[in-house]
Amino acid sequence: MYNFIKSLLFIGFLFAFSVAKAEIQIFITEGRDDARPIAVVPFKFESSSVVLQPPHDFAKIIADDLARSGKFNPTELSKLPSKPNTLNDIKLDDWKTLGVDAVVYGSVKETSPGTYLVAYDLIDPYNDKAIFEADIESGTYPIIPQASHLMLLKTKVANNDNFRWAAHIAADEIYEALTGEKGAFATQIAYVEVNRSDARPYQLFVADSDGFNQKRVFASRRPIMSPAWSPDSEKLAYVSFENGRSEIVIQNIATGTRDVIASYKGFNSAPAWSPDGRKMAMVLSKDGNPEIYVMDLASKSLNRLTRHYSIDTEPSWHPNGQSLVFTSDRGGKPQIYRVSVNGGEAERVTFEGRYNAGAEFTPDGNAIVMVHQVNGNYHIASQDLKTGNINVLTKSRLDESISIAPNSSMVIYSTVQGRQKVLSTISMDGRFGMPISSTTGEVKAPAWSPYIL
Amino acid sequence: MKRSIQFLLAVAAALTLAACSTTKPADTSTDSSVNSSSSDTEAEALARQRAAAEAERQRIANLLNSTTIYFDYDQDTIRGEFVEMLEVHAKHMQATGKQVVLEGHADERGTPEYNLALGERRAKAVEQMLRTYGVSVEQTEVISFGEESPASLGHSEEDFQLNRRVELKYQ
Repeated sequence: MYNFIKSLLFIGFLFAFSVAKAEIQIFITEGRDDARPIAVVPFKFESSSVVLQPPHDFAKIIADDLARSGKFNPTELSKLPSKPNTLNDIKLDDWKTLGVDAVVYGSVKETSPGTYLVAYDLIDPYNDKAIFEADIESGTYPIIPQASHLMLLKTKVANNDNFRWAAHIAADEIYEALTGEKGAFATQIAYVEVNRSDARPYQLFVADSDGFNQKRVFASRRPIMSPAWSPDSEKLAYVSFENGRSEIVIQNIATGTRDVIASYKGFNSAPAWSPDGRKMAMVLSKDGNPEIYVMDLASKSLNRLTRHYSIDTEPSWHPNGQSLVFTSDRGGKPQIYRVSVNGGEAERVTFEGRYNAGAEFTPDGNAIVMVHQVNGNYHIASQDLKTGNINVLTKSRLDESISIAPNSSMVIYSTVQGRQKVLSTISMDGRFGMPISSTTGEVKAPAWSPYIL
Repeated sequence: MKRSIQFLLAVAAALTLAACSTTKPADTSTDSSVNSSSSDTEAEALARQRAAAEAERQRIANLLNSTTIYFDYDQDTIRGEFVEMLEVHAKHMQATGKQVVLEGHADERGTPEYNLALGERRAKAVEQMLRTYGVSVEQTEVISFGEESPASLGHSEEDFQLNRRVELKYQ
C-alpha cells in the first residue's frame, strides 16, 4: 500500500513537472529619456487552414524585449504611419517623418498545421549604406532602392512550442544589429516562488527572460535557496531543505534527475559553478564555521579556500576561473574579499559602506555588482575593480540575490515592493529598471542563465 | 516592536496560567484539610512555603513554555533577558535527557546566504550557553534556516525583530 501511494505521489510529481503555470507579468515603471525610437510593425499572418492567428504575436514579443532593455522605445501601434509587411511596401519618407532609428516588419505564414515560416527585416530609414551582414546571400534581396537600407533580412521556421523563443532570437539579432552588443533575450531565469497555500509551498521555476513560459522544476515542503545555472545551461545547482536541513543538489533541467552533492554536518550553501563547469565553489560549516570550499565535481573532492573564524560565504568566480570574490565579516562587518582559486591570503575589495555582500563578477571581470547598504537600506551597487568607484543602481530598500545577464546589460535581483517579494531588473548603468511581478506568491533568488544555444 | 513582544509574552503567560489552573483546585483542597489539623503559625509557614514552591514551579513552567530567543540586528549576543530562560531549559534537558534542535533564523535584510550563516551563529551562541549550564554535546543539534522561514511575513521593524530568533524544538 505504502509503495502504491509512493508511486502515485511520484506520478503526481511528474505531472506537476510538465504543467506550465500562468505567466508572470512584466510591466515597465520607469521610462528613460535616451531610449532610441524604433517601429515594430505587426506581422501579417497567412494561413491556408482554419487557423486565424499565430500562437503568439511575434512582433509584440520583439517590441517588448527591446523595450525591456531600456535602450529602445517602440512606437505605439496607433502612431504608425503605415503597416508594411515587405520591403516593397516600405515608404522611407514615412519613417523619416516619424523619426524612428529603425523599422522592423515581417510576416508569419502557416506552411503546414503547427509549422510557421517567419520572415522579418530590419531597415534604417536614414542610412542607405546600411548593407548589412553576411548571412544574406548576394542577390536574394530585391534590387530596389529600399534594399540598400536593409540591416537584417531573416527567415525562421517555428512551431507552436518554440514560437516565442524564435521571437526572442529575432529580438537578439535586432538588438545586436543596432547596438553592436550581443542580445540576451533568448535566455532564461531560474527563481524560487513561495506559495504558502500549496502543500509544497517552495517551488523552483525556470522561465524565459521575459517571465513567460514558466516551468516548475522542483517543489518542496521546505525552503529552496540559491539556484545557480551550470555554464552549459543544462543543470541547476541549488540549496534544498527537503531532508530537514540545507543540502546542495544538482538537477538536470530536461530530465529532472537530481543528485545531492553536499550534505555535510552544519550547513551546505551558496553553490557557484566554475566557468568551465568542472568545479563548484560552495560554503560549508562542517568544520565549525562557514568556509569557502571548491569541489571537483567528478571526484567530489574538496579544497578549502578560506581559514577564518568569521563568516565566509557567497563565492563568485572571476570569468577566467583564477580567483573568486566572497563575503566575509572578518573585519567586523560584511565586506567583499578576493582570493585565488588556489587559496592563500584574501584581499579586501570593498571599503565604502558598512555592509557589502553577495557580490557577482560582471562577465568581463572588470567590476562586481553587490548588495550595498546606504542609510540602513540595501541597494544594488556596482564597483569598478580598477578605480574602486561605487555606483548605486537601485532606490528600493530590501534588494538581494544579484544575477547578471550574460551580455552584462542588466542585473536581475529580488526586492520587496509594497508588501510583496518580487523580482526586478535594473540596467547596468542604473538608468532603467522594472519589476517582474508574480500574480501569486513571493518570488525570490533569481538566476539569469548563460547564453542558450 | 516592543508591543508585539509584550503581546507574545502575555499570550504565553495566559497559556501557562490556563495550563496550571487545571491542577490547582486539587492542591487547595488538600491544603484546607491539612489546615484544620495544625496550629495557625505552622499552617501559615507551610502555606507560605507551598506558595513559594508553587510560584517557583510556575516561574519554571513559564520559562519552559518560552522557546524562542530574540536577537538584535546582525548580532548573535544573547540578551540578558533570555539567560534565565536558557538556564531553566538547560536544567530541564539535563533532568530529562531530552534532545533539542536549535533552529537559527535571521530577518530578510542583507543577503540570504549571509543570513544562513548568521542564523547558524545565533543557534550556536544558544548551544554554547546551554553547554555552559551542563547540557551534553549529544543533546543539541543546530540547524540554520537563515531568512527562509520567517515567523512574521511583513517587512517592518516589528516583523524583523520577530524573525531574528532561535527556536528551541524539543524532539
